[in-house]
Amino acid sequence: MLQLKHVSKNFGGLPALSEVTFGVPKGQLTALIGPNGAGKSTLINCITGVLQPSSGNIRFQEREIAALPAHQISRQGISRTFQNLKVFSRLTVLENILTGLTCEGGDSMIMAMLRLPHLRHRERQLKLRAMEALDRFGLTDKANWPAGILAYGDKKRVELARATVSRPQLILLDEPVAGLNAEETATVGEQLRLLRSSGHTMLLVEHDMALVMDIADQVVVLDSGKCIATGTPGEVRQNPLVLEAYLGRMDATA
Amino acid sequence: MTSKQKFLYFIYLHRTGLTVTGLSLALLLLPLFEDNPYTLGLTNLIAINAIVVLGLNLFIGYAGQISLGHAAFFGLGAYGSAIATVTYEIPPWPAMILVAAIVALVALLVGIPILRLSGHYLAMATLGLNFVVHTILLQWDDVTGGPSGFSGIPYLSFGNFEFDDEVRLHYLLWGVTLLSLLLCLNLVRSGVGRGLSALAGDEIAAAALGVNTRNAKIKIFVLSAVLASLAGSLFAHCYSFVSPDSFTIFTSTDMVIMVVIGGMGSIWGSLFGAALITLLPEWLDLFETYKDFIHGGILVLVLMFLPQGLVTGLVESIKIKLALRRRKNAST
Repeated sequence: MLQLKHVSKNFGGLPALSEVTFGVPKGQLTALIGPNGAGKSTLINCITGVLQPSSGNIRFQEREIAALPAHQISRQGISRTFQNLKVFSRLTVLENILTGLTCEGGDSMIMAMLRLPHLRHRERQLKLRAMEALDRFGLTDKANWPAGILAYGDKKRVELARATVSRPQLILLDEPVAGLNAEETATVGEQLRLLRSSGHTMLLVEHDMALVMDIADQVVVLDSGKCIATGTPGEVRQNPLVLEAYLGRMDATA
Repeated sequence: MTSKQKFLYFIYLHRTGLTVTGLSLALLLLPLFEDNPYTLGLTNLIAINAIVVLGLNLFIGYAGQISLGHAAFFGLGAYGSAIATVTYEIPPWPAMILVAAIVALVALLVGIPILRLSGHYLAMATLGLNFVVHTILLQWDDVTGGPSGFSGIPYLSFGNFEFDDEVRLHYLLWGVTLLSLLLCLNLVRSGVGRGLSALAGDEIAAAALGVNTRNAKIKIFVLSAVLASLAGSLFAHCYSFVSPDSFTIFTSTDMVIMVVIGGMGSIWGSLFGAALITLLPEWLDLFETYKDFIHGGILVLVLMFLPQGLVTGLVESIKIKLALRRRKNAST
C-alpha cells in the first residue's frame, strides 16, 4: 500500500536518512523500530509531508506523494498521531475528534458562513461519527471537557481517536504508548489489534519492544538512517545486525 | 427529565440562537429608551469597530496569526467609498461593494507573500502595510485631500430614506454588525472553523488533519480585510468626513487590543472588547490625554493574567472549574 524507494533526507550536509526502502502491506501492522536518532521521526515526517525527502520515491496506492504538501497527503487517506502530543487544548474533546473529519468537510468558507441546511445535516452526521469514535476509546463521558485538562493517557487516546475517526487508509502512529503505564499500554495494544482486525493498515513507531513483538506483522529496523533489516518479529529478533544495533543493548539494560 | 431540566437543556442547546435573538431585540428597542444623539453616536461607533474586530478576531483568535495593520483596510474602505461616491459619482451601495472587492484583491496580493511569515515578522510586515497606506492617504493630496481630510461624502440611502441621523444609523450599523456576527458565528461552528482552531493550536497538526494551512490563512486574511473595508465605508458615510488620522497604526493597535481584551477566539468577546475600548475614553476625561498609556496598560495586564482575553479567559476558567468538579464527583 505504501512503498518507499531509496528515500534519503539530508539536513544541510548531514544525512538523516539514506536510501531507505521498504513497503507497508495493506491490512497489516508494520512496526518501525530503531535506536534514538535512527531517523524514525524524520521518516514519518517525510511520509506525511512535514518534510520533503531530498531524494527517492514514496508511493501511496500507486501515487507518488513525496512532493505533495501535508494537507494533500492527509486527504489521500493517511493520518497520524504525534510523539509529543498535539491535542488542541482549547477545543473540547468532541471538537478535537471532529477536527479529524476536517478533510471530509471540503466546504468553502462562504458556504460555512451561510450555514445552509445540508451543511447542518452533515454537521449532525459528523458529530454522530465522532461520538462513535469517542465511545470506541471510552471517552464518551468526557466529550464536552476542554481537552487541555485531560490526563496524559486520555490525551493519547484523544489523538488516537482523532487519527482514526475518518477511517483513513493508513495510520501512522508515532510512539502511541510512550509514557503510559503497563495497564494503559495493554489497552492501547488491544485497540491497535482491534483497528487491524477491522482492516486498518498501520505503521507503528515504537520503543516498547514487548508491544512491537506482540502485535506487529512486519518489523522494519532503522539504524543511523539506514534500513538494516525487514521481516517478521521472529526473524528480526534473530538478525545479528539488529541485535548488535539495538535489541542487544535493550536486553542488557532491561 | 423534569420540566426544569428540559427547559435548561433547551436553553443550553439553543444558547447561540437565543443570545443573538436577545441582543437583536435589545438593540431594536434601544432607541426607544435612549434617544440622546451623543449616546447613540457612541454605540454606533461601537458597531463600526465591532465589524472590524469580528474579522480581526477570526484572523488573530481563530487562525492564530497577528495583524498590526488592519486600520489600513479600514482606511482603504473609507477612502475608497469617499473617492468612488464623490469623485466618480458612483452610487454609495454599489461603491461599497466595489471597494470591498478591490480591498479583497489588495489583501490577497499582500497576503500571499506576507502570510509566509509568522510571529514578530508578520506583525512587522502588517505594521509596514499600515504605514504605507497611511502615507499614501496623507501625501496623495489630489486624490485623498491630504492631511485636511476628505469631506462631503453622501449619506447612505434607500430611495428617499436617508440614513442621516443617529437613530437611523443605529439600525443600519447594528443591522450590518449583527449580520457579520451571525456569519462569523456560523463560520466558527463549522468544519472550516474547527480547521482554523486547529491551525491556531498547531500548524503541523492542522496540516496533518487535512487543513490547507496556507490557503486558510490567506482566506481569513482576505475575509477580515473585507469586513474592515465594509466598516470603513460605513464609517465614511456615517460621518461624511474622513481624515488620515483615523487610520494610523494606533487605530490598528486599538483594534488588536479590542480583540485581546474581548477574547482571542471568542466571537462574543469581539463585541465586548469593541464596546469597552470605544467607551473607555468617554468615561474619564483623563483618558483623552493618556489614552495610549491606559490602553497599553490594560493590554499588558490582560496578557499577564488572562492571556486568552478577558471574556474568553473568565469563561474558560469557569468551564475548567466545572469540568474539574465533575471529574471529582465522577471519581468519588
